[in-house]
Amino acid sequence: MAEVPGEDAGLVARLRAGEEEAFALLVDSWSASMLRLARSIVSTEATAAEVVQETWLAVVASVDGFEGRSSLRTWVYRILVNAAKRRAAQEQRAVPWASLRLTDEPTVDPDVFQGADEPYPGHWRSFPEPWPEQVTLSREVLRVIRAAVERLPAQQRAVITLRDIEGCTGPETCELLDLSEGNQRVLLHRARAAVRREIADYLGKDGE
Amino acid sequence: MNDDESTCAEVVELVSDYLDGNLPAPEAERVADHLSGCPGCTAYFEQVRATTAGLGRVTTEDLPTDVRTNLLEAFRVSRKSEE
Repeated sequence: MAEVPGEDAGLVARLRAGEEEAFALLVDSWSASMLRLARSIVSTEATAAEVVQETWLAVVASVDGFEGRSSLRTWVYRILVNAAKRRAAQEQRAVPWASLRLTDEPTVDPDVFQGADEPYPGHWRSFPEPWPEQVTLSREVLRVIRAAVERLPAQQRAVITLRDIEGCTGPETCELLDLSEGNQRVLLHRARAAVRREIADYLGKDGE
Repeated sequence: MNDDESTCAEVVELVSDYLDGNLPAPEAERVADHLSGCPGCTAYFEQVRATTAGLGRVTTEDLPTDVRTNLLEAFRVSRKSEE
């Protein structure tokens, strides 16, 4: 068994020693975010749950061989992403992972900015309305955010899920999803802009 | 509105990278300068910041209980078989 360096050493040792509590803790801490990430790759909740289960079984089977070259979390998530992609291919769901087409269309409606024949081309026609303080503490706004993430194209959904919901770093996200740093940043930018727009629409509609 | 070279339409496309500290220093400075003089872009930037804060509060659904039970069982079995 390979010696595991760093902060994962203790946890990995407990898993290898068969400590069920350690495994349960890991399953309880990570499964929810794994479900969400799997869900951005496969087509149904049920399949996502199966992918998560398959991943944990693979972790149990191969934790002895884990060498600690990446963090334990990155290793587990990597197994998950690969399992989910395999399932998606079997489902023949057209997931555009391989054919990444990034547009450079603006993320903000060009009509909100002044045109070339106006006094300040490219500047706001009227300023966006500032949101109320602490707006995202509202349960309703969180519901809007969840729904907005759900509607994003798969790659944007996976990136924003890892970065802003799970708190992964940029490099971790690139490694997990096989993305270049530049593409990861563009996907995150577009995803955040889309979610922002849905919150703004919601707040405008309900006049909060 | 100020007289730096960036337009608001350009700045809104940079705020995500600016927020994450991913812009090269000169560009970050340009965005900061622009924001300090532009209430519209400042409002937009704050909205993006609030959006990421909201995303950080999104909770995720748990694994179905039966799946969890099966996994713990599988863990027990696999570890026992190695003893």
